[in-house]
Amino acid sequence: MDIWTLLEYAAWGLSAIFGLYIIIDWFKTDTTYSDEVLMSSREGALEAMTEEQHKH
Amino acid sequence: MSDVDITSKEMDGMGPKGTKIGLARVLGPAHVWALGVGIVLVGEYMGWNFSVGKGGAYAALIACWFAGILYSCVAMIDSEVTSTVAAAGGQYTQAKHIVGPLMAFNVGLYLVFAYTMLEAANAITFGFLIETVAGMTGHEGLDQRPFIVLAIMFLAWLNYRGVLATLTFNLVITAIAFIAIIVLFLATSPIFGASPLRHVELMTGLPYGWLGVLAAMHFGLWYYLGIEGTCQAAEEVRSPARSLPFGTLAGIMTLLIAASLTWYVCVGLIPWEYLGQAGVPLFDAARLTGSTTLMILLGIGTMFATLASANGCINDASRAWFAMGRDHYLPDWFGAVHPTFRTPYRSIIFLVPIALIFALGAPIDQVITFSILSGLLEYTFMPLNVIMFRRKWPLDSIRRGYEHPFHPIPALVLLSLCGVTYFAVFLGYGTQLVAMISFYIIVSLWFHFWRYRFVRRGAQFTMPWPRPLGY
Repeated sequence: MDIWTLLEYAAWGLSAIFGLYIIIDWFKTDTTYSDEVLMSSREGALEAMTEEQHKH
Repeated sequence: MSDVDITSKEMDGMGPKGTKIGLARVLGPAHVWALGVGIVLVGEYMGWNFSVGKGGAYAALIACWFAGILYSCVAMIDSEVTSTVAAAGGQYTQAKHIVGPLMAFNVGLYLVFAYTMLEAANAITFGFLIETVAGMTGHEGLDQRPFIVLAIMFLAWLNYRGVLATLTFNLVITAIAFIAIIVLFLATSPIFGASPLRHVELMTGLPYGWLGVLAAMHFGLWYYLGIEGTCQAAEEVRSPARSLPFGTLAGIMTLLIAASLTWYVCVGLIPWEYLGQAGVPLFDAARLTGSTTLMILLGIGTMFATLASANGCINDASRAWFAMGRDHYLPDWFGAVHPTFRTPYRSIIFLVPIALIFALGAPIDQVITFSILSGLLEYTFMPLNVIMFRRKWPLDSIRRGYEHPFHPIPALVLLSLCGVTYFAVFLGYGTQLVAMISFYIIVSLWFHFWRYRFVRRGAQFTMPWPRPLGY
C-alpha cells in the first residue's frame, strides 16, 4: 500500500471525524438550548445600541 | 447614525430588542479583505485564461479592463450601501430594505447558489490538484472523492467553529497565494536580469476580431468574481462603517493588481492557443520558467487559492441563508445562532450536503456557469438598488460609512456592462442562461403565491432608520 492510498483512507477518516463533530455538537446544542434563545437574533443590534447611547 | 429614536412611530420597524444570541462582532478590515479576495483569487489561478481562448491575448486584456471597471463599480456601490445596511445577508438585506420582498428573495437565492456552486467547483478543483500532484510523483488513478469531501468537511467544520478563526485562516492562505503571484512576476521580469518573457514573439492581434473580444468578456469576470462577498461579513465586523468600505476597496485594488500581473506573465510565457485551454495557467507559467522553487510556490498558491475561495463561499452562502431564515423568507429554523461559537450553524450544516452533491455528481463547467450567471443577475440588481437607495434615503437622511463618487455614473456603467456580459454569456451558454432565468421565475412564483404569507412583514425591518422619502 503506497502513501497515496494511505492518504485516501486518511482523507475519508478525517472527513468522518469533522462530520461527526458537527453532528454531535449540533445535537447537544439543540437539546441544551431552547429555539427561543437560539433564534433570538435580530439585525441592527449595533445600530440600536448606538441610537440608545445617543439618547442618553 | 442620525439622531433618531428607534422607538419612534416614524421608524420603519421594531427595535432589535430580545436578541439573546447574535453573530459575533470580531472582524476587522483585514478579515473583510481576506473574505473578498479569498473568494476571487482562484480566478487568477484558473478560469480567466478561457477568455484568451475566446479572443486571443489582447481580448483577454480588454476583458480584464472592462470587467475591472464593472467590479470597481460593484465595490463602490456595495461599500456605500452595505456600510449602511450592516447586516448578515449582504445584498439580500439591502434588497429587502430598499427594493422589496420579491427582489430580496431572488437576490438571496442568487447569493446562495452563486457561492454554493463556487464552493463545489473549488472542491472539485482541489481534488483535481491532489490527483495532479499524485500523478507527478508516479501514482496513477488516485481517487479524488475523499479529498473533495475532506475539503468541504474541513472548511465546514472551521466555519462552524467560529468566524474569527475561519477568516484568519483565509487571511493567511490568501496572502500567500497573492504573494506567490507577485514573486512570479518579479522573478520573470527583466528587472533582475535575463527574463524568460517573450511578449514580442507570442503576442498576436485579435484572431477572432471584435466578436472575440465580446465573447472574452464572459470569462473576464473570473478575474474579480466574488469581491461583492465582503458584504456578508457586515454583521460580524467590529466597525461596519469603516471596515466594510476599507476591506472591499482594498480588495478590488488587490485584484486589479493581481489580474494585471497574471495576464502579463502568462501571455509572455504561454502561446495563446495553449493558454486558452490551460487548466492551471499560473502553475503552467511557473513550470515554463524552469524554476522548481517557483513551480512549488505557484502549486501551493493554486491550492491555497482554491481552499480560500471554498472557505469564503461557505461563510457567505450560510450568512445569506441564515438571514433569509431569520426573516421567515425560508423556515425560521435556519435563523439560529450557535450559543458558543456565535455562527449560523444550522445554515452551515444544511448547505454541506448540497455542496457535496454538486461537487461529487455535477460536471464542473455546468456548476461554474450556474455560479457565474447567478452572480451576473446579482450585479444587475445592484445599480437599481443604489439608485433607489439614494432616492429613498438621500445623503443627509442616513449617515453612510462611505459615499461613492459620481453617482449615478457607476450605476449606469455597471448596468451597461452587465448588458454586454449577458450577450457574451448568451453566445457561449445561451441554453443555461435561459434555463436559469426560467428557474428563478418559477421560484419567484412559489414565493409570491405561497411562501410570502409566512414572512412577518413588520418584524423583518429592525434597522433604526427613518422612513424612506415619499412614504
